[in-house]
Amino acid sequence: MVEFRIDRRSGVATYLQIVQQVKQALRLGLLAPGDKLPTAKEVVAATAINPNTVLKAYRELDREGLVEARPGLGTFVRRSLARPGAGADSPLRAELAGWLARARAAGLDREDVAALVASVLEEGFGGAGERG
Amino acid sequence: MTELTFLPGRTALEAVGLGVRYRRRWALRDCSFRVPAGRVCALVGPNGAGKSTLLSVAAGLRRADAGALSVFDGLPADPDNRPRVAYLAQDKPLYPQFTVADTLRMGRELNPGHWDQARAERLIRQGNLSLHARVGSLSGGQRTRVALALAFGKRPELLLLDEPMGDLDPLVRHEMTAALMTEAAENATTIVLASHVLAELEGVCDYLLLLSGGRVRLAGEVEDLLATHSLVVGRHEEAGEPREFRDHTVVECRVTGRQLTALVRTEEGPLAGRWETSEPSLEDLLLAYLRSPQAPSLLTPSAEPRLGLRRAV
Repeated sequence: MVEFRIDRRSGVATYLQIVQQVKQALRLGLLAPGDKLPTAKEVVAATAINPNTVLKAYRELDREGLVEARPGLGTFVRRSLARPGAGADSPLRAELAGWLARARAAGLDREDVAALVASVLEEGFGGAGERG
Repeated sequence: MTELTFLPGRTALEAVGLGVRYRRRWALRDCSFRVPAGRVCALVGPNGAGKSTLLSVAAGLRRADAGALSVFDGLPADPDNRPRVAYLAQDKPLYPQFTVADTLRMGRELNPGHWDQARAERLIRQGNLSLHARVGSLSGGQRTRVALALAFGKRPELLLLDEPMGDLDPLVRHEMTAALMTEAAENATTIVLASHVLAELEGVCDYLLLLSGGRVRLAGEVEDLLATHSLVVGRHEEAGEPREFRDHTVVECRVTGRQLTALVRTEEGPLAGRWETSEPSLEDLLLAYLRSPQAPSLLTPSAEPRLGLRRAV
């Protein structure tokens, strides 16, 4: 089960925040195929947002084939976004941690690193990437 | 639930040419709009815009002086409609000598056959309120909870709330909003929530009715209203509005030094030229309309009144 955190001042549409948080949970393995998402009523009771917003997010995830609604039962995860290379114990992560240590040793602060990473991401994946 | 709460074809509220007059002043003038059933509708506007007047007409407590307002395609004061509508006035009138239990009993006696004691008590218990406490001894927030419990216990199809959250602390406000949204999720209740606290509404309401000066300025799905406007920022040094704006309805346009900031309607297509555009927030949209009384009104298709009203009039 996941718990959603809604930031009303982020400027990101509420339904998109739910979509992004489900995808993040799928990437990190917090949600796996067969898991049930919280019902709209449960989300609403915890976050005080409009129930239709939750349903809109679930429909978007359904459309992308990540979850499926089973009438009368709830919404269930269909597939995972976790990749072997992106896990917490993967070699890629260890390399990145090593790189960050070198960047700090060279005197870069958090914002310098963020800007550098953003520009390399831009180069590697191109702009206008899908948010989420 | 896996189905959306609203039913686009069913109408909860519909006004055609609605006018209400206090002596010589019109509190509402020539208002036409529609709110589909199952929506959570924000009723927004400055003080004196006519929000409370509109709610009291919908609750059947005031008559229209011109035009008409219908509730579920009937007259607001129709005996068939009374049980379907709950109205919580701004001053939340309750009997101070009554205990909480007495108050709920009053709700049960006044609503024979459709009172849900369990639902009313649940809300009371969530606030750790004693059923034996006297209403007069409760804080403002606790009284709001009792008043909302009374409204929920009636199991209304339409819930009219006039500034319900005004005197609540942030935690209780969150709890009450969550209770309202749960009510909407469970029962597809249509909720009309009058407020001038914009932060209360973002993420909560999916429908909007903006009043100012007794007239309807905006009505429709929040999402669609936001999507048909663009917030425009750019450099502008000539006199007058930029040429590219000519084909668009400009709601508001301000120039500070070389920087131009504008809110423009884009239902005719995107804005040409070197302008940086983004979708406005609900607050951007409301403030721009309130600052620009001359900007023309906008109703999305679902907010246009239909002909159902003729039967009722």
